[in-house]
Amino acid sequence: MVLKLEHVTKKFGQFTAVNNLSLTIPEKEMFGFLGANGAGKTTTFRMILGLLDSSAGRISWDDQRIDYSTSHLVGYLPEERGLYPKLKVRDQIVYLARLRGMQKTEAIVELKSWLERFKIQDYENKKVEELSKGNQQKIQFIAAVVHKPKLLILDEPFSGLDPVNVEMLKEAVLTLKENGATIVFSSHRMEHVEEMCEHLCILQKGSPVVSGTLKDIKREFGKKNLVIHADFTIDFLKNFPGVVKSKVTMEGIHFKSKGRKLQGKSLKQLLIKGLFASLL
Amino acid sequence: MNSFWIILFHTYLNKLKTKSFLVTTLLTIAIVLAITNINNIIDLFDKNGGKEKVAVMDQSGQLYAPYKQQVKSVNKDIQLTFYNGSDEQAENLVKKGEFAGVIQLSLNEQKLPKATYKAKSIADSSLYTDLLTGLQQLKTSFAAAQINLAPDQLQKLYEPVSFKKFALEKNAKTEAELNQARGLVYVLLFVIYFAVIMYANMIAMEVATEKSSRVMEILISSVSPIKQMFAKIVGIGLLSLTQLAAFLLVGYYSFTRNMESLKDGFFGVYGFGSIPVGTIIYAVIFFILGYFLYATLAAFLGSLVSRIEDVQQMITPMTLLVVAGFMIAMFGLGKPDASFITVTSYIPFFTPMIMFLRVGMLSIPTWEAITGIVILIATISILAIFGARVYRGGVLMYGKSNSYKDIKKALQLTKNE
Repeated sequence: MVLKLEHVTKKFGQFTAVNNLSLTIPEKEMFGFLGANGAGKTTTFRMILGLLDSSAGRISWDDQRIDYSTSHLVGYLPEERGLYPKLKVRDQIVYLARLRGMQKTEAIVELKSWLERFKIQDYENKKVEELSKGNQQKIQFIAAVVHKPKLLILDEPFSGLDPVNVEMLKEAVLTLKENGATIVFSSHRMEHVEEMCEHLCILQKGSPVVSGTLKDIKREFGKKNLVIHADFTIDFLKNFPGVVKSKVTMEGIHFKSKGRKLQGKSLKQLLIKGLFASLL
Repeated sequence: MNSFWIILFHTYLNKLKTKSFLVTTLLTIAIVLAITNINNIIDLFDKNGGKEKVAVMDQSGQLYAPYKQQVKSVNKDIQLTFYNGSDEQAENLVKKGEFAGVIQLSLNEQKLPKATYKAKSIADSSLYTDLLTGLQQLKTSFAAAQINLAPDQLQKLYEPVSFKKFALEKNAKTEAELNQARGLVYVLLFVIYFAVIMYANMIAMEVATEKSSRVMEILISSVSPIKQMFAKIVGIGLLSLTQLAAFLLVGYYSFTRNMESLKDGFFGVYGFGSIPVGTIIYAVIFFILGYFLYATLAAFLGSLVSRIEDVQQMITPMTLLVVAGFMIAMFGLGKPDASFITVTSYIPFFTPMIMFLRVGMLSIPTWEAITGIVILIATISILAIFGARVYRGGVLMYGKSNSYKDIKKALQLTKNE
């Protein structure tokens, strides 16, 4: 059950939203899409789901086209959250689950266990419009996963959530992965992708800039992020050879450096300076 | 269960449970009940049981008795009482409300009756007209007596002339039939007109609501837009039938109970006593086809807007089409065989109302009606295919513009270039 994108291109008139994108996403894997706003992440997802037809190329899952006959195997959390505001949480989820081919009783059981997991059991009979935005987002997430999809597509799942809820959702995503779902998700924050994905792809203006396993990409890139906190000024590190980019903060410095040796050198010098500082 | 049916029943049940739907249904039922019970209601508010008391002052001494007889033949609910007092006293009694009015009868120099009528206000024209008619007849008989006309001679003078109408065409409707058809067609046209506007609006709103709340993206990732669109149209269609069935049942029940009193009123003139089955069947066919035609149009127009506020603006041209069709049909009621009506009955957007009007009022050959139905079905199919494509792209489009250019844009979204 491999999700394959082969030379996928999407054009809207003159504008190319996605350009020659080829990816292979293995089963039971988590795959991250990184990219700025308008990089083509949502368009790619819409093509995977069959909401849009690709202008060129082929998308297949388990060597089959994804269409409405496979909709019960696919879960989707759209970027723009949306539920029926006037409908109760329970009716809402049951309706959406039934559209994905689930039985009503089964959907209710599943919904209850999810609500319990997110600690929002009380909201089962509330209208969606009465819920806070964060809780609405959890309901939206439940709507995407309630029918136990084999392929789960999450478009910016963590945006607009507080850190506690982000952790809760991350854990849920990881459980789903362990249970055997293939998960594709997008974010514009590296840390989320770094933390959860083995494979990733960075999109820029519709074209894949890098793609592969996280480790390979990092090695290939050969750059390291260093965060140093110190009681004394360490601005001098900014001008050290090999430092590509740096940002001085209240507590110290964040910088990006090239090459292992250089990093070692800078640490050595830092230690010496620290020693002097403590002696004085 | 198939997802088509899930959406259909979801739409149907959700709409059925909304407050606005229940309120409109109950209100309309109340209005239907009020109309069919109109006579009872009028009686209820009439404290004298519909009888009006009028005081008569007769200065000549010979007019009261014949006048009373004449008025009785005009309207037996008017009660005349001989009053023998002064003018002022009588006027006071009228002001107090004891009498509806006071009429002073006298003879003029030619020995013919004349009268002065006084009432609190002369707004009650029906009473005043009846009194006048009575006096007119009295005057006529007095004048006839003066020129020595015998009563049977007088009758001859007033006998209405015989004037019979025959339609030479085979199957043409007789006058009674035509009147009856006119009433029925009139009412059914109204039903079609209101239903099409109301339910098409409802569909456009429903689509726009789903789109503006952004639930649409999940929906179309689970079920194909085309299936969704038709499930919605059929669901609302079912709702409309439920509502109309409720009105008809209540109306029919209440109508048959009040049949006797209503027969002589408006309903009698337009003859609802025996309704031809053919007309009803055509009404149902054209109602359903008309509904589908405009519902499909409304669904895809609704899919183009991203905010509910813009729905009305988007479907105004469609509403105007319905209004135009209705206006033409109203004109056609008086002149159903005009060639203008014949031509417009083949224009798809007008067919549901105008072809129905022709079927109901004229004896057109069956093939003409069937042609109309075929034209409608063809138009609906074309609209459905085109609409479904627009719908598919339209539901993914969000933006502040909401012009008809968006149709092109929506189509482009679904194209594979």
